[in-house]
Amino acid sequence: MTLAEKILAAHSGRERVSPGDFLSVRCDLVLSNDVTAPIAIREFERLGVPRVFDPTRIVMVPDHFCPNKDIQSATQAKMMREFARQHSLIYFEVGEMGIEHVILPEKGLALPGEVIVGADSHTCTYGALGAFATGMGSTDIAVAMATGEIWMKAPPTIKFVYHGKPGKWAGGKDLILHTIGDIGVDGALYSAMEFQGEAIDALSMDGRFTMANMAIEAGGKAGLFRVDNTTRRYLKGRTRNKYQVYEADADAEYIRVIEYDASRIEPQVAFPHLPSNTRPVSQAGNVPIDQAVIGSCTNGRLEDLRLAARVLKGRRIDPHLRCIILPGSQQVYLDALKEGLIEIFVKAGAAVSTPTCGPCLGGHMGVLAAGERCVSTTNRNFVGRMGHVKSEVYLANPAVAAASAVLGRIAGPVELE
Amino acid sequence: MAHKGKAHKYGSNIDTDAIIAARYLNMHDPAELAAHCMEDIDPDFLSRVKPGDVIVAEANFGCGSSREHAPVAIKASGISCVIGKSFARIFFRNAINTGLPMLECEEAVDNIKQGDMVEADPATGTITNVSSGQTFRSKPYPAFMMEIINSGGLVEYTRKRLSGAK
Repeated sequence: MTLAEKILAAHSGRERVSPGDFLSVRCDLVLSNDVTAPIAIREFERLGVPRVFDPTRIVMVPDHFCPNKDIQSATQAKMMREFARQHSLIYFEVGEMGIEHVILPEKGLALPGEVIVGADSHTCTYGALGAFATGMGSTDIAVAMATGEIWMKAPPTIKFVYHGKPGKWAGGKDLILHTIGDIGVDGALYSAMEFQGEAIDALSMDGRFTMANMAIEAGGKAGLFRVDNTTRRYLKGRTRNKYQVYEADADAEYIRVIEYDASRIEPQVAFPHLPSNTRPVSQAGNVPIDQAVIGSCTNGRLEDLRLAARVLKGRRIDPHLRCIILPGSQQVYLDALKEGLIEIFVKAGAAVSTPTCGPCLGGHMGVLAAGERCVSTTNRNFVGRMGHVKSEVYLANPAVAAASAVLGRIAGPVELE
Repeated sequence: MAHKGKAHKYGSNIDTDAIIAARYLNMHDPAELAAHCMEDIDPDFLSRVKPGDVIVAEANFGCGSSREHAPVAIKASGISCVIGKSFARIFFRNAINTGLPMLECEEAVDNIKQGDMVEADPATGTITNVSSGQTFRSKPYPAFMMEIINSGGLVEYTRKRLSGAK
């Protein structure tokens, strides 16, 4: 069995599972946020169940439009807060809050071998830790909150192998953008993606989170990494809970195996309006930009901010554009502060914000006007994603976003060397 | 029950931001969401759509976010079912769970034009292009999913299951 099949079998009381099997899967962690929780709460109440199945396994994070951007968002956040308190759920208030997919691993709430479901498509992020994690809708989450179980169709697995070392300034974001560019936004539809190879073994935890996070951008149900010493080091001190490590069998069946030479992958840029519309940054041409955003559940971790700081140190952001930097959690913010990264950002002329999903989905903290272009370390560049229908989003890694902010156009950091 | 109405055609990779933009996710009332359905890619949709109409789309309809607001907005706008070449995974689940029928049929999508009168029966999978007289058959639902659909959605299905377990 593949890694995904192993975890699903263990969570559905079966010896083995095969792609296409319908399973009732036990959930270790159930997640929602200020945008999806209100509907989940409404549906939970329609179920007529007095209590959630286990309050220690249900997390709610007010991150999308919080700190509240308007009265309606405030109303939704209030509804979630009250439900979380009433049922004694795990809840992170503004001030302690971070972007859900940054904060859950950081707090040791997402662990290897677990099944994690969330009413947020980027729930797949936790696959970086060797969990089977997948996004669902609010009604699914309502049922999971009530019963601790969810129906699932076991997905087939596609194996991606990355040989060699990525090119200079290229990392997890570039490996995954290149992959999505290759297979398309539905290239892994309904499938689990398993990431392996020398480049993956050498990749940091933060780089792995970035890759797993974007599995959904290829249509994937989950994106999984095997647990190794990098994973174990990351988990040390974050959790005292025991976790089960699963490994894919040597004779596991994959529906496809796709191999890449990572050394040929340079920093990538996904042009509007699909994450698959990628090209190497050296072939971006002259694309002037109005805004750069560095942050999000994709690239809002410490390593991402360090990369941006390496580029921005001692430089000034082009006065014609806005650069907005959003640490993904209070811990990331504090670490960045201690390392002097925040000072580098402010001196360079960037706005540094409290953690929020904010601009990634055109919520607040950097919404685009008609005709504006933004280079962003986020995960989606659909029409109107960050604001006006006639605005454009270019996806890239934090070093490219920072270099672009300095140069006023889409550019790689090599241009500043 | 068969649904009958005019076809609204769309291309491939229609994402959930196009179906209902994130700026409206500060609401969750179906009627309020429906008032902004498709507005970024098809501003005339709301003035054209009539109860019973169907959406006919190319591959990977509903890709992107997990927002259940997307199928909810489509359903509340009057659309009776969506016929597509393929559907994004989370959107498909959400639609089944909230009672918006989805029919997967490449041939039907290729042979239905914008504005054609279409009749679709999710129970049998029969799709008829009334305007051209052609009939198509969609991929059948697995029995398990049909049970959710017949119950009226995931909440109703789960309620039935929970009361049976007592």
